[in-house]
This record gives sequence, structure tokens and C-alpha cells, in this order.
Amino acid sequence: MSRHPARVGSAAPVADELPLIVIEPHTGWRGIDWRELREYKDLFFFLIWRNIKVRYAQSAIGIGWAVLQPVASMLVFTVIFGRLMGVQSDGAPYAVFAYAALVPWTYFANCLTEGSASMATNAAMISKIYFPRLILPLAIIGARMVDFFIALMILGMLLLAYGITPNAGIAVLPILLLILTLSAAGLGLWLTALAIQYRDINYGMSFGVQLLMYSAPVVYPASLIPERYQLIYALNPIVGVIEGFRAALLGTRAMPWDFIAIGGAVSLLLFTGGILYFRRKEHIFADVA
Amino acid sequence: MTDIAIKVERLSKAYRLGAMEERPETLIQAGLNMISAPLRNFRRLRSLDTFSSDREASDILWALQDVSFDIKRGEVVGFVGRNGAGKSTLLKILSRITEPTSGRAEIRGRVSSLLEVGTGFHPELSGRENIYMNGTILGMKKAEIDRKYDEIVEFSGVERFLETPVKRYSSGMKVRLAFSVAAHLEPEILIIDEVLAVGDAEFQKKCLGKMQDVAGGGRTVLFVSHNMAAIQNLCTRAIALIGGQVCDDGLPETVIEDYLARFRGQSGGFGDNPERRTSSAATFTGGRMLTSDGVENPNPFAGEPTVFELDYTAERSSIEARVVVIIFNQHNVAVTQLRTEPPITLGKRGVIRLTLKDTPLPIGKYTADVKLKEKDGNEDTVPNAFQFEIYFVKDCLHLAKVSSRMSSALSRQDLEHVIDGETASAVPGRKLSRDVDENPLVSGEQFG
Repeated sequence: MSRHPARVGSAAPVADELPLIVIEPHTGWRGIDWRELREYKDLFFFLIWRNIKVRYAQSAIGIGWAVLQPVASMLVFTVIFGRLMGVQSDGAPYAVFAYAALVPWTYFANCLTEGSASMATNAAMISKIYFPRLILPLAIIGARMVDFFIALMILGMLLLAYGITPNAGIAVLPILLLILTLSAAGLGLWLTALAIQYRDINYGMSFGVQLLMYSAPVVYPASLIPERYQLIYALNPIVGVIEGFRAALLGTRAMPWDFIAIGGAVSLLLFTGGILYFRRKEHIFADVA
Repeated sequence: MTDIAIKVERLSKAYRLGAMEERPETLIQAGLNMISAPLRNFRRLRSLDTFSSDREASDILWALQDVSFDIKRGEVVGFVGRNGAGKSTLLKILSRITEPTSGRAEIRGRVSSLLEVGTGFHPELSGRENIYMNGTILGMKKAEIDRKYDEIVEFSGVERFLETPVKRYSSGMKVRLAFSVAAHLEPEILIIDEVLAVGDAEFQKKCLGKMQDVAGGGRTVLFVSHNMAAIQNLCTRAIALIGGQVCDDGLPETVIEDYLARFRGQSGGFGDNPERRTSSAATFTGGRMLTSDGVENPNPFAGEPTVFELDYTAERSSIEARVVVIIFNQHNVAVTQLRTEPPITLGKRGVIRLTLKDTPLPIGKYTADVKLKEKDGNEDTVPNAFQFEIYFVKDCLHLAKVSSRMSSALSRQDLEHVIDGETASAVPGRKLSRDVDENPLVSGEQFG
């Protein structure tokens, strides 16, 4: 015992200082327990770090995959859509035009697929220990954000190579990233909570994400959509984000404030709804996982 | 009442059992079933988390029913019960892994639960990285792990492999590392489920010691184990659960004693069966399993002696024969055998008692074949003469010592032979030997 003086000293603090945990069945809606999340912030950061580390463990190019994925898509899209089909790109070179959309899109798509699988892949952990379940999907978003910034740096280099100077619109990028993250988290939480009970979500995910991509202006410009449908089109929060990226970095158009406003509102709704639904379903995860 | 650490009031938990699929009887019906399957599946999946108020519904299992108790600060409480008695469900609810269906519990203090060693261990991460990963999952702060890091490493004894991915560790090393992290938790309330069932005997001893430190340090500990000795040594109080309900609560000695008594004296199974092969002049007429004090006990306890009592009759006296009991585990692998070596001389009617000292078998289901082999090769073989299950380990540290000297010859008192009511086991040169096969695949056919 002499080796653990700290433990002896810390034993049995005054009863009133101890936290009280009440365990009873929950049925209603619950918001986020911020205090508890702060308690577990170290776990959150370790999980982000673990996700990154494990993803590229025993791989030759390691984190290079974060670059390879959007770059390879860009090359394919440039050849097929840019060269062969001649899809217009609002005056910018098609390669940068596509890549400027692929950076946010890849981040969004990966958050969705990986996030929705997070509960099922960590089922063993969920059924053996308590921690705020929200941490799992959120840590995946954190890890994917690191990939996002790496891909963003490549975009910077690409702009340099093409001699394109971004305009003052880049000041909006943090807001766009926030909208993107809120949408990814919101939709991701819905899907996560559903996927643990209905594995169909996991099977349909890669297919669904592919469909979603064509609903967003990734390979084509939003200007292709007829004027009168544009605002309905912007209900997809990714539309405002991608067009905003292009406006700021490539100057292909004026900053689409209307798209961003609509998308921002939708992303907030998605996020709030996602949190509420996740928190409502949370207590059954260990039983149905 | 501030000295109450855990207050549990009428806690219940229901689980839904998988309902049986309807079997189609015609091809058309099979086709219709296939079309309606998604809807049916959806209903079934949705119903996983909803329970009607009808407690009698056939596919609902009440894992816990109206469990209530208070635990005072500093108490070390052991939970006793068979598989399925609700122990683990209770600990899961108190660890907040799953929610109760009804009822309420209040816990005052920081809780750490160890329902498994090495939760969150990732095979690709190194030992050092997993210490941090596992530690934070168990609720430690990074700064806290930094502070205790050297101590954790020293306790685990895997210093040399800290930079190696855990997937290259032996399972023993993994357990040691994981337990070292767990052993350095400093919660006010510690919940432990069966984690001592892993690791080698020496490490188990170390863990028990460490746990005793924790228990002595004024912490509240909830402990589930099949190891009765551990509960008796470590706990200040025991609660027995049967069928999801508290059936006994009090001092560990009395609770364990009463609890074990419930399982003694249930009927055993020695029956004639179609697989029986008889060619010998002497045959078995019956048999039973007993404790050392002669009480019938079809489900022996590991750590206590088990007596196999066999009755026989013979067409004539002075038949020389070997009597063998071969014990198979649930994978039908022979794990232990008892036999009379050299052969004994049978009377016309008698009883043979073979004792399996300490019953050194892990928890699980077993069957035993009984054989009588005459010198001329004729035999009476009764496959599956006994079926039994070991639910409890009386004392695992003691067992570890026993198993290390298992293959040594055993003393004569392990065999008792009664011919027509007179003890005949004192015959010179008649001795029982017991082999516990190093190679579990060796079947009972090797002798003869």
C-alpha cells in the first residue's frame, strides 16, 4: 500500500460532494448533457486519434489515402464529365471545379457512412461500458475533419498550379464548414440511431450516398438547375456549401447567400432533430446492438 | 441518509426473446411469406424495445424482477447466482449500460465498471496506446493516466512490449495489461463482473490482492463471481439471486452455504440406455453422484470432492475387472478419467465408490461414461451414464495448485469397494489411479 499514497488520501470524500446518479427508465426527449460530455472530453480526443491511427495502420501510404480518394475521383470526373461529356464548369478549369466540390463532399459522405456504422462496429464496447454514446459518431466526424483539412491543402496547391487567386469570400469558409459539419452530424446521428436497430441502413448506405452525390452540384454546376427550382434545390444543405466553396475559391459566381441561408437553416434542423432522436433511442443501444 | 452509496428500488428489466418464424407449408405460402417478410421483420425489429404492460407475454423474459436493496458506503457486496439469474443484468443497469424497464436506482459517487477486461482495446494500437485508450474509456482523465502510467506498466509486467501492437500479444499478456489499467482506477464505487475468470493463477492471485487493497480502502465494491471462495474472502455481504429475484441477503458465509444447499440433493441420472453395450458377466445396476459426506449431488462444485457411486451384480464371484469413469466436456472431449488400476476382484453384488478429488473441472456441462472391463475383454459400457453441470468453483486458487499435481498417483482412499455390505477395499495391492490426460483427445479406449 505504501506505493499508493494518493489513493489512500483520496478515499471517501465528503458525501455531499459526490455526484448523484439516478437510474430510471427514460421515454421522453432529451437534449445534450454538456457537463457529461465535458467529463469525457479526453475520451473524445482519444477516439478521434484512434480512428485516424487505426484507419491507416499497416498501410503503406497511410494518411496519403486522405488525399488519394478525392484526387482519384477528380481525375475520373475530369476525364468523363469534363472531357468526354463536356459538362460546363462556369468558366473554371473542370479539374479544380470538381475538386473544389469533392473536398467538402468526400468529408460529408465519409462522415455519413462511417458514422452510421459506428454503433454497430463498436457494439462490443457499448454493451460493456457506459460513456455518452454521442461521443462515438462525433469522434468519427472529428477524425474525418482532419482528412478534410489535408484535402483542403491539396486544393490550395491545385489553385496555385492553375494560377487561380481566391477572393475575399474565403472568409465565409468557416461558416460553410460549420453548415457542412452540422448536416453531416445531424443526418449521421439519425442514421446511427436507426442503423443499430435496422441493419438495412448499413447495407443501403453506400448506395444512398452515391445517389446523394448526384443530388448535389458535385460534377455539374448549380446553374444547370432551372431558375424556378433553384430555391427548392438549395434545401439540400450541401448545395449552398459546394457553391459557396466555388464562389470563394474559383470566383465562378457571386457568393450564393440565399443557398447558404436556406442550407444553414436546414442543417440546424437536421442537427437538432438528429440529437433529439439519438438521445431518445440511446438507451436501447446496448440491448439491440 | 448520506452513508448509502447505492439505493435500488423495485428494479425490473425485461428482454424480448426471438419469436419463432412461421414455417411455410406450401410453395405458394413460402412465396407470400417472402413478399410480406420485410413488413414482418420491420414489426419484429421495432418491437425489440417496446413492451406491452402484459407481463405474461410469452416472448418476454424478465431478467430482473422487483429487485430492491441498499448498499452502504464501504460495503463489499458479492452477488451469487447461476447463469441467467440476473446478476449481469443488474450490474449492467447499475453501470448505466442498459436502462431498467421499471424501477429506480440512485448511486452516489463516481462509478467504474469492469464487466470485461480490455474494453476498447484495439489490436492495431500498441500497448502504450491501449493503456490510454482503455483508461479513458474506463473514465480516467489523461492527466490521471500520465500520473499512474509507470505503476500500471510495472504491475502488468509487459514493459518490453509496450511499443508492439496488441494484436501480437499473447492472450495472457493482453489480460495482464488490461487488468493493470483497471486495477488503477480510483472510483468511489467499483462494479466487477467475473473478470477474475481470466489469466493464470499467479496473476489471479495478484488481482485478488489488488482488489483486497481496493476493498480495504473504503470503497464500495459490487462483485459478481462464480468463485465462492473469492466472494467469501473479499466480501462483507452477499446477495443471492434466483430467477431475477433476490432470494437471500446477508453475511457471505451463510448466504453461500444456504445457496449451495439449494442445489444439493437434486435427482441425478443413471439410466439404462440404448447405446449400452454389455457382454460381461458383471454389469452395473445403478449409480449416482454424491458429495464427500454422502449426499446425492448431481451438480458438483469444482473444488469439492465428487463421489461416483456404482452398483453392480455379477453372475459369479471373483471376477477381475477394471471400473472406469470417463468425463467428457460439452465438446465431447474426454477431460478426466477415474479407474481402478490394477483390476479389482468383484463379488456377486457390490458398490464401488470412485472419488474425484477436488473436482478440478471448469464451469460447464459434462457427461460421464461408465465402463466395467473384465480381464478377458468382455465389458459393460454405459455411455452418458451421468450428465451434470458445474455451476460453481469453490476456490479457484486452491484448484490451480491441485491441477499442477494432477497426474500424480492418488491414495487408496479414493476407491471404496463394498461387497455385500462388507468393505473390501483393504485388499493389498488394490489401488486406484486417476489420470487427467495432458492430451485431452485421448479417449477411454487406451486401456484394456
